[in-house]
Amino acid sequence: MDLIAMATGFLLILIGLFGALTNRNILRMIVAFAVANTGVNLVLVSVGYMTGRTAPILDSAVPVAEATARVIDPVPQALVLTAIVIGVGVTALMLAYAYRLFKTRGTLDISRYTDLKW
Amino acid sequence: MIKRFAVILLLLGIGAIFTGLMVNYVPDKALNVTARYYAEQTAPDLGAANIVTAIIVTYRGLDTLGEVTVLFLTAAIVGLVLARGSSDEAPARRDLPPPGELLLTGTRLLLPLILLFGAYVFTHGHLTPGGGFQGGAIIASGMLLMLLSHPLRRFGHRLIAIVESIAGLAFVGIGVLGIALAGGFLDNRILPLGTFGELFSAGAIPIIYTFVGLKVGAEFSSMLVNLSETEDL
Repeated sequence: MDLIAMATGFLLILIGLFGALTNRNILRMIVAFAVANTGVNLVLVSVGYMTGRTAPILDSAVPVAEATARVIDPVPQALVLTAIVIGVGVTALMLAYAYRLFKTRGTLDISRYTDLKW
Repeated sequence: MIKRFAVILLLLGIGAIFTGLMVNYVPDKALNVTARYYAEQTAPDLGAANIVTAIIVTYRGLDTLGEVTVLFLTAAIVGLVLARGSSDEAPARRDLPPPGELLLTGTRLLLPLILLFGAYVFTHGHLTPGGGFQGGAIIASGMLLMLLSHPLRRFGHRLIAIVESIAGLAFVGIGVLGIALAGGFLDNRILPLGTFGELFSAGAIPIIYTFVGLKVGAEFSSMLVNLSETEDL
């Protein structure tokens, strides 16, 4: 039961990959990639989790002296904060490119874009 | 059909790898060396209550500078890609239905509160779970509300650009001050550390995070404005 967050994260990655590989509409693929991205973040955060410990914020509940015994690993959290922000940037870029593609070709169906197909 | 079959086969393989990873995963019983260093040294060295903020703004401050740069590049590219499309033809104004009383009044009521909350989140990043990126995103959500209630109003790109440039320059400037006055680039001890757990503590961390919050808010807002302005085709 401890691993429920990690299992959810892996499941989200699989769902996202499935959506990205089976959908033909570019917008749906972008949404699927966002889902997979969320799954990766969830897995990363769950790696830093330790049962029975609390958030890495020191206050009256977690005195400085007891910090090493009471807080969870802060490094994955910092990493995921970065990953979320970069994920937003990647999604925005994909949306902008999808808009340009639609404007030039008039379709969002990926199977109509055969330029790089061999 | 065969394509769908291949996809499912591929996902089954990846799923098997994930299951193997998870079955053999043993959670740590104690903090590893890096995490223990951060947990022990953050409070005496930097005076920040939130260890994650201390890592992001000071220990790994250079990475955050790079992250903000990536975000800036993204906003710039989104602007470039979308601006070319709308300059081809004169923007034909569509007649939109009015946004509605609920949205207009709600925006007027909520917008100042959202902006205030965003500012609170990024100034208290060293004490509470929050910080520049979260606060910036909250401010951009206020911007989104404004765009929804006035879809045809044009926002000043120049104001967004000025806020973004000043915040970015100030971020780098504080980092360089750290070389001159303290231990190195982006060192937060250029200001006194103050009393642990108070708003004016942790040296330069609240100031750096305020600038990061303004910059992130401006970048997200510019992305939103660019994306919304493409609608008048």
